[in-house]
Amino acid sequence: MEKEIAGKKINVNEEGYLLDFNQWDESIGEAIAKENNVEMTPRHWEVVKFLQGEHKNNVPLSIRKIGKSNVIDIKEFYALFPQGPLKISTKIAGIPKPASCL
Amino acid sequence: MKKILILGAGTAGTMMANHLQHEVDKKLWQIEIIDEKEEHHYQPGYLFLPFDIYAPEDIIKTIDEFIPKGVSLRKGKIDRIDPMSNNVLMADGQSIPYDILIVATGAKIAPEETEGMQGSEWQKSVFDFYTFEGSLALRNKLREWEGGNLVVHITEMPIKCPVAPLEFAFLADSFFKNKKMRDKVNITFVTPLSGAFTKPKATEALDHLLLEKDIHIESDFAIERVDNEHKVIIDYGGRQIPFDLLVTVPTNKGDELLERSNMGDDLNYVPTNKATLQSLNYNNVFVIGDASNVPASKAGSVAHFEAEILTENILRFIKNEPLKEDFDGHANCFIETGGGKALLIDFNYTHEPVEGTFPFPGVGPLRLLKESRMNHMGKLAFRWIYWNMLLKGTHIPFVSAQMQEAGKQY
Repeated sequence: MEKEIAGKKINVNEEGYLLDFNQWDESIGEAIAKENNVEMTPRHWEVVKFLQGEHKNNVPLSIRKIGKSNVIDIKEFYALFPQGPLKISTKIAGIPKPASCL
Repeated sequence: MKKILILGAGTAGTMMANHLQHEVDKKLWQIEIIDEKEEHHYQPGYLFLPFDIYAPEDIIKTIDEFIPKGVSLRKGKIDRIDPMSNNVLMADGQSIPYDILIVATGAKIAPEETEGMQGSEWQKSVFDFYTFEGSLALRNKLREWEGGNLVVHITEMPIKCPVAPLEFAFLADSFFKNKKMRDKVNITFVTPLSGAFTKPKATEALDHLLLEKDIHIESDFAIERVDNEHKVIIDYGGRQIPFDLLVTVPTNKGDELLERSNMGDDLNYVPTNKATLQSLNYNNVFVIGDASNVPASKAGSVAHFEAEILTENILRFIKNEPLKEDFDGHANCFIETGGGKALLIDFNYTHEPVEGTFPFPGVGPLRLLKESRMNHMGKLAFRWIYWNMLLKGTHIPFVSAQMQEAGKQY
């Protein structure tokens, strides 16, 4: 479905995750963050860029892996993106919601 | 003589030994299976033991009785695999060469991954039910527990049998009702997921059942530690949940031997082709069951479907033919919902569990994603099927290795 984010028409799924990363830019990320009550700081952007890089390299994302990444520990990850950091940060980053393994 | 070596004589390894015994040319191939244990446990029984539904003798047999004649069973501890030289090194120093290796070493709990989990309250008010010892200790605790806050908790995914913790919560509800003490027990289901299950339609049905049974759900909870002194679990966001009795599913990991062999990922699962079950790094190594990293459920039914496909692929590999990319992630699980009823779910990598009929499209007799007594009978009958058909590699009539789309409401 189409949703207007930061004044642009963006394709998202029913949970609000971007379907096409090419439509992403920082203003989109900023707007999604605001919707989720996250105020973006340089540190937030650092983490978001890291997640985008991992996704580009087809690395499956999990809280455990991010905690061991040397980029950020789990405690800080939660502090930056409270209540489900992986879900919220990937939405801001414009990448798919990580498939929670069965 | 060439050798097929199977590591692990649990559900998956035992099934492979039985399948291959029938299929490979015995003049050319020798089959050997290694395990350090004496007993084969029916692991789904760990769910029923705490509630005195099954007794220990219902779920324990010997490993030996399920290994077919003609397959040699070696008892001993494996130190590591050396996949470069095609050898398995035993802890006693022996070296066993192989031509084809099947890794079936499973997964197990790693409570040491969470701070405080094995603290002073371990097996006093903090229990697991994914080991025989844990499940038995929990049975003894439940026999005399007088009530309070029961917290059923999943540490992180993936875990074996991802529906078992929910079933535990449902059975606990029934158990306390039967003991006429349900009003003295608060049941809370705590999960790192956003809802009761990993797939949307099943989550909807299961969330509804939780509500109906007055089981409170706390979702998106990523545990940081267990505070033994105050009897609370605390997540990374600072959320605290108090317990009088904590029944937790600790982090699950593959066997340490894969870490020692440098063949596992960060949870010791072996990187595996999800359609062929061949190792991604070594052509003559195959992986089945909970030991692999394929994105399917870690469950006996999955291993059963994998075994049919892997057997064919091993025969193809022997003949130098291309492998079949046939494994579709098929899982088929009964979910006990208490009160003598159960749900049945049937799904694969791409199709989530939905309503419908099974195994005959439009007929049943089993109903998918709906509670029924028939499904519960199916779950109980499954123990017999496990010991008498599944382990022996007998094909279960009408249930195909690949999931059927017919009879399902997508």
